[in-house]
Formats: sequence, structure tokens, C-alpha cells
Amino acid sequence: MSHTTMNLKVKVWRQRNATAAGAFVTYDVAGISDEMSFLEMLDVLNERLITEGGEPIAFDHDCREGICGMCSLYINGKPHGPWQANTTCQLHMRAFKDGETIVIEPWRANSFPIVKDLTVDRSAFDRIIQAGGYISVNTGNAVDGNSLPIEKAKADDAFAAAMCIGCGACVAACKNSSAMLFLSAKVSHLALLPQGDSERKIRVLSMVAQMDKEGFGSCTNTGACEATCPKEISIANIARLNKEYLGASLTAE
Amino acid sequence: MTFKQMFTSSVGKKLVMAFTGIFLILFLVVHAGLNACIWAMDGGLMFNKAGHFMGSFVVPRVLEIGLFVGIFLHIIQGYMLTLENRSKRSVGYAVNYSKGSKWYSRSMAILGTLLLMFLVMHIYHFWTPSRLGGMGNIKALDTFVLNGVEYHNLYGEMQLIFENPLVVILYVLACGSLAYHLAHGFQSAFKTIGVHNKRYHTLISVIGYGFAIIIPLTFAMMPISFYFKWVN
Repeated sequence: MSHTTMNLKVKVWRQRNATAAGAFVTYDVAGISDEMSFLEMLDVLNERLITEGGEPIAFDHDCREGICGMCSLYINGKPHGPWQANTTCQLHMRAFKDGETIVIEPWRANSFPIVKDLTVDRSAFDRIIQAGGYISVNTGNAVDGNSLPIEKAKADDAFAAAMCIGCGACVAACKNSSAMLFLSAKVSHLALLPQGDSERKIRVLSMVAQMDKEGFGSCTNTGACEATCPKEISIANIARLNKEYLGASLTAE
Repeated sequence: MTFKQMFTSSVGKKLVMAFTGIFLILFLVVHAGLNACIWAMDGGLMFNKAGHFMGSFVVPRVLEIGLFVGIFLHIIQGYMLTLENRSKRSVGYAVNYSKGSKWYSRSMAILGTLLLMFLVMHIYHFWTPSRLGGMGNIKALDTFVLNGVEYHNLYGEMQLIFENPLVVILYVLACGSLAYHLAHGFQSAFKTIGVHNKRYHTLISVIGYGFAIIIPLTFAMMPISFYFKWVN
């Protein structure tokens, strides 16, 4: 495969802290290999900024292999950039053309306040999980994995929902800043399994209440979340969440 | 969990939109079906008799109250949700994400507003003279007597109103808004009430798109039929 380098313009949202006013700053980035990842391109830019005595651009990242959910970035009008089923860390510079201007914005939602530059506070998701995204298990010996038979189709659906890495791209993509795809993945994952059955009603009610408290919008089924989700979480999970909610709210005391 | 809590959460508010939406979808079936009587080619007799039945029989009159409540809830809740959802992102994006969703799914409030504007005109054209005609200075409809029963000549009123090409164009445009509103709303309503089974969801999507074409097309053909004198 031929190796090419490119020169780019990168238009980045810079914001000193949570309360400061932010603005776009455009940087020229030269000699970028098409084999670099997007974050490596930002690393190159940051190294230069540091050498020049400037402030490096703050952005979230951790595993850089598409599984941790830390990276974010709204690139050229799409969360995680132009590729489908992909995280920003797995986006490579061959997705862009020489001379192109790349616009990089943070996730925009009042529930995800900006910490600095491209870094946002996604702890609202942690609090939603704390409200019910777990099963209560007595301590003691680990139960044998095969003691509860689960049919293959259900196990697959539960696993597909459990694929959610909680990156928040669904919220960033949604015109309502709704966290319903995230929430529905968590609710579906446990509602489909016998381990999650006994707490399913209180789980969905508590988690929806917490989501509302965190100030996310409601779902209007536009499908933008599903289209941008790096783990391709199905929007059918939202319908399942709605069913869980309707059932639980009708029958709860 | 009280019923108030149930219907005031973010999911609950959408349930109100979905249930009222499905009720309004059912109303459209009745409305289109009854109005199709204009194509009976009998000078409007069957249509006027159908209108008389709807206006004088107790069941449709009670349902009419439900209809107004349903429309009212759908409109108020729709606007409240739109405003609320918009308030969730104070700083917008420089580049908007438009590829992941259909334009009409993002424009339900605008399409709904166009429908509301149409509805005001439509009620003024037909419902007001039919129900409130003669009160104050509201114009009363012409009447005719058949076998000792007095009928409103709603058919004649349609002939009169659809002589105006501007009115015909506005009605046809409103049907376009309705088509796109239904194209998203029909299947979205079923998702909101919890239909996640793939088989049923595919079926509902197909029916939804069919409904979004057939019903607005049927309605649009009514003013057109009168304007071009395809019905007599």
C-alpha cells in the first residue's frame, strides 16, 4: 500500500475552562501520514504546540483500540468522524484528503458540560448506571456460568446491547440531546437476561428518572443515534425500553 | 409511581404523543372514508347523508369531543416537548449532523405547525358553518329537505369553497405536510409504545409509509376533484 503524507487545516474548539467563552482556532498541520490515527494527528499537533510554548488541545482518550468509550470528538459534523461503526481513536487519516479543513467540536449537550477544549464531563452517564444499571447479587461463591440456560438468540441480543461503551455519541448526534440509546442499551442488556429479570421494573423507572434529572432530552425516533453509534446499538432497544417503561409504570405500586 | 409521574417523565410525555397520534391516525381513516362519498356521483346526496349521520348521531358527537381533546393534547404536548428538547443544547454545532436521520423526522414541529395553520382554515371553512352556523353572524349552510328530514348541504359548500384555486393549492400543500408528518409519525408512535419486535416493526413501517401516501393523496384529490369538476 502506498504511503502518502498530507497537509491539513484543523479548526478546533478551544475553551480554557468550563466557564470561559470558547472559540474556534485554526491550525495548519503538515506532513500527516495517511496511516496515522486521528488522535495521533492531534498528538503531532499538540507536540508542536507544546514546543512552541502554547497550550496543548485537551481531548479525552484512553485505550485507543475502540473499546473503552473515552474518546469523543464531533468531526466534520458527525460524532466519531466520517466512518461507520467506528470510534475516533480508530479513525485513520486516510479518511481525509490532502488540503482538507477538518472541523473538530466537543460533544454539545447541556448535560455534558465542557471541562476544557474538547473534553466534556460525561459523569451523568455514570449516575444513570448507578440508578439501576446493575444486578444485585449475594456475595459468596461464583455461580456456575451454565447453571442458568439462556437461549442463543436472547444471549446475542443482550450481548449486542451490552456492546455499548458509553461514549455519548448518541447524545451528541441527537437533535434533542437524548440519552435514550445509551439508556436503552443498558436496560435491554439486563432485561433480556434472567439475572436482570427480578429488578427490571425498578431498574427502568429509576434509570429513566435519573436520565430526566440529568437533563437529557426525550426521544423522537429520528435514528441519528443509531447511525452514528460506534458499536451499532440498534434503535430497537429504545422501543424495548419504552415497552419496559410502559409495563413497569402501569404495574408498579 | 403515580399516573402523573408516569406521563410526565420524558418517556411518558412521548407516550402521550404516541397515543394521541394513533388516535388521530384512526380519525383520518374515518374522515377520508366518509369524505370519499363525494365520489358517489349522485350530486352529493350520499355525502350529505353521511355528514348528517355524523352530526346527529350521539356516538360520533361524543367521539368528536374526544377528537378535540386528542388534537389539543397532541399540539400542546408537541410544542412543549419541542421547546424542552431544544433547551437541552444551549451551544449548537458549527457543522450540523444531517446524514443520520431523515429531514422530516427532524421537522415534525414545523410540519405540525403547518398542519395547525391548515386546521384553523379547514375548521373555519366547514366545521364552523356546519356546527355553529346561524349563531351570531356565522354563515349558515344551505339546507334541503328529503323525506321530511332537513340536511345541511355540505357538498354544495365544498363546491363553493374549492372554486378558489388558492384554497385548492393550500389544501394540497397541507396534504403534503400531512404525508411527511405521517411518514415519520406513524412508525415512530408504535416505537414509542414499545413495538420492538423486528417482524412487527417492519410490517408497521411498510403500513406507515403506505398510509402516509394513500390518506393524504385521497384528501388532496377532494379539492382537486371539485376544482376540475370531476364530480358533479
